[in-house]
Amino acid sequence: MEWVPILLGDANVRWVLAGTLLLGISSGVLGTFAMLRRRSLMGDVLAHTALPGVAVAFLLTQTKSVLPLLAGAVVAGLIGTWCIDVVTRNSRIKEDTAQAMVLSVFFGLGIVLLTYIAQSGAAGQSGLNRFLFGQAASLVGSDVRVIAAAAAVLTLLIVLFYKEFKVLTFDPGFGAGMGLNIRGLDRLLMLMVVVGVSIGLQAVGVVLMAALLVTPAAAARYWTDRLGVMLVLAGAFGGLAGAAGTVISLFGPRLATGPLIVLSATAVFLASLALGLRGGLVQKAWRHLRVRRRVALENLLRTLYEAYERAGGGQGASRVPLQPIPETRVRQEGTGSGISRGTLRTLERRGLVNVHRSGVPGGERFIVLTAQGLSQAQAVTRRHRLWEMYLMYEADFRFDHVDRDADDIEHHLPPEVVAELERRWQRERAEPAVPPSVHPL
Amino acid sequence: MLIEDFWVMLTAGLVASSCGFIGVYLILRRMAMVGDAISHSVLLGIVLAFLATRILGGVWMFAGAAVAGLFATFLIQLLHRGGAREDAAIGVTFTGLFALGVVLLSLYAGDVHLDTEHVLFGELAYVPYDVLIWQSVELGPRAVWTVGAAFGLTLLVTGLLFKEFKVCAFDPAFALSLGIPVTLLHYVQMTLVSVTTVAAFESVGAVLAVAMLIVPGATAYLLTDRFGWMLGLSVVTGVVSAWTGYAVAVWLDVSISGAMATAAGAVFGLAFLFAPRHGVLPTALRRRRLTRGGTGAVA
Repeated sequence: MEWVPILLGDANVRWVLAGTLLLGISSGVLGTFAMLRRRSLMGDVLAHTALPGVAVAFLLTQTKSVLPLLAGAVVAGLIGTWCIDVVTRNSRIKEDTAQAMVLSVFFGLGIVLLTYIAQSGAAGQSGLNRFLFGQAASLVGSDVRVIAAAAAVLTLLIVLFYKEFKVLTFDPGFGAGMGLNIRGLDRLLMLMVVVGVSIGLQAVGVVLMAALLVTPAAAARYWTDRLGVMLVLAGAFGGLAGAAGTVISLFGPRLATGPLIVLSATAVFLASLALGLRGGLVQKAWRHLRVRRRVALENLLRTLYEAYERAGGGQGASRVPLQPIPETRVRQEGTGSGISRGTLRTLERRGLVNVHRSGVPGGERFIVLTAQGLSQAQAVTRRHRLWEMYLMYEADFRFDHVDRDADDIEHHLPPEVVAELERRWQRERAEPAVPPSVHPL
Repeated sequence: MLIEDFWVMLTAGLVASSCGFIGVYLILRRMAMVGDAISHSVLLGIVLAFLATRILGGVWMFAGAAVAGLFATFLIQLLHRGGAREDAAIGVTFTGLFALGVVLLSLYAGDVHLDTEHVLFGELAYVPYDVLIWQSVELGPRAVWTVGAAFGLTLLVTGLLFKEFKVCAFDPAFALSLGIPVTLLHYVQMTLVSVTTVAAFESVGAVLAVAMLIVPGATAYLLTDRFGWMLGLSVVTGVVSAWTGYAVAVWLDVSISGAMATAAGAVFGLAFLFAPRHGVLPTALRRRRLTRGGTGAVA
């Protein structure tokens, strides 16, 4: 770790690192609101619209200092959002088309202006090129001070108006009823996004600025359902990506900072997508597996119970002894995709069935429910039948459709629903523990 | 007119036609920003194809780009179905793929004539000097052939699947009930978008390919209510914008592709204001005549 002090000893590196870190934090936080308001791609649009603004600001002032260029970018961004608004409100053009149009036409105009500046011989046009791909390495103290100030103001505004923005995001109608100026708040948020995008252009560039807004917020979404937590997480992810991208870029002279920051953010996103606790892939797969296992177990239990019924058991006459059933027959009659070895073994381990093996290797196996297994199988079958009856009598399904539909949902019935179904059943006939099947078995 | 001008205008016209044509479907299916995503993602495909074959251009580059474009749409769908908002899915996907493309490019192919600025803006002015030679016969600029081939492919596939594409564009649920393989057709169409974009962005660049994809179609959407007319008008407005842009670019000595995009925007602006049925001014006039007629009747 000897390079750490070397890195941080360099004043310029410190400035750049501070700049990208702050930038990541503020755009992560702003991006959360943008994403929740379904405006993620506005970052992309605004970054592109900034280009003509920057060019015009340069033409007017003939300086490359940050503030006028930033002002140009903000003004152009506001004009761009206004254009989208006017076009979608006054014609049948949809929002996505309007966004793509404003993005590409403004960018085209920006390119025209840049080439115009280049051929008109104005000095230092190269300074404008860094807006395209960003050159974090070129950030100097004064740039960072501007970025830091803007990022701080943006974050502070979010904290100050946290409740108002929350209402705006989730229930604007309610907010209007409370007397909040919803339109004003919407405009304020949009202005903040415009400023947030504009300060990032120098570091990350036009094309990839969108990522800084979208990706950390999208990653945070996989970890929490709470807005406050999500804001903090998105800010942290954004800051992490900014710092990581900057540090990695120091290792190679050819590595541009902007794309590396974006790739770091993408890596964080991918990790969240895989491991996130709210809909991450691993968690989803695990849940899916558990449900499938439960369904398989319950189906096997029901098959066994129905075989027992055919032998004369159930229907109040539960004195009939339990018969061992050959596994091949269970397979033939079984619901769903048959029975797997694992399912049978699990039931055996839980003491719900006993499996008798005939001595011959590869020979037939016999399955018999235990007493405990019988009562569980009874419960499972009762739920199935109750649900079938509901589908037939209340939802008017044909009896030959009932079995399959019941299979689809019965495993997911919450206890309250089962209790309600049971009450109905009891009301009609105060009879046996398991109602008879509504269709031929 | 110089022969160079002719070639540039022919290329620009072909780019505008092929983009304008396929763009109509993107607009009707509300996938304009997916077009943006594809046009950025193809960079990764081009870079990978180049790193694998060390050949710039040709079939492999097209294949790589088409695969990358398809991969991007596939990822977007996957994330969207996994619960992410669609706009967020688009944003995350294309920026990630584009950034990866840029980094690979700067790491392994920094010395090649495939710099990122070229990818972003293209350069139509150089088109006439990159000539396709076959058995020592000059066949004209390579760009004309690639863009022409992409347009031909699009026309062929769309011609064969015209009705199916139309139903999918307006009523995908109905298409599904007719037994049309909607998802397959979706990917066929996205392949066409990728191929068109690659062909176009050699000459106009990624971002401005988006302008040519979306803006003429949107203009046509304001001018007509008939699907066939919309396709035709989109091509025509695209070509008009391209040539106007070229003239302006030559006059002011600025970027051709940038001027083309700006001209397309201006043409859209005209349609937005003056389109007979959907324009702002005719609508306002109609409304005024109605109000006046109304008060007249009362009086």
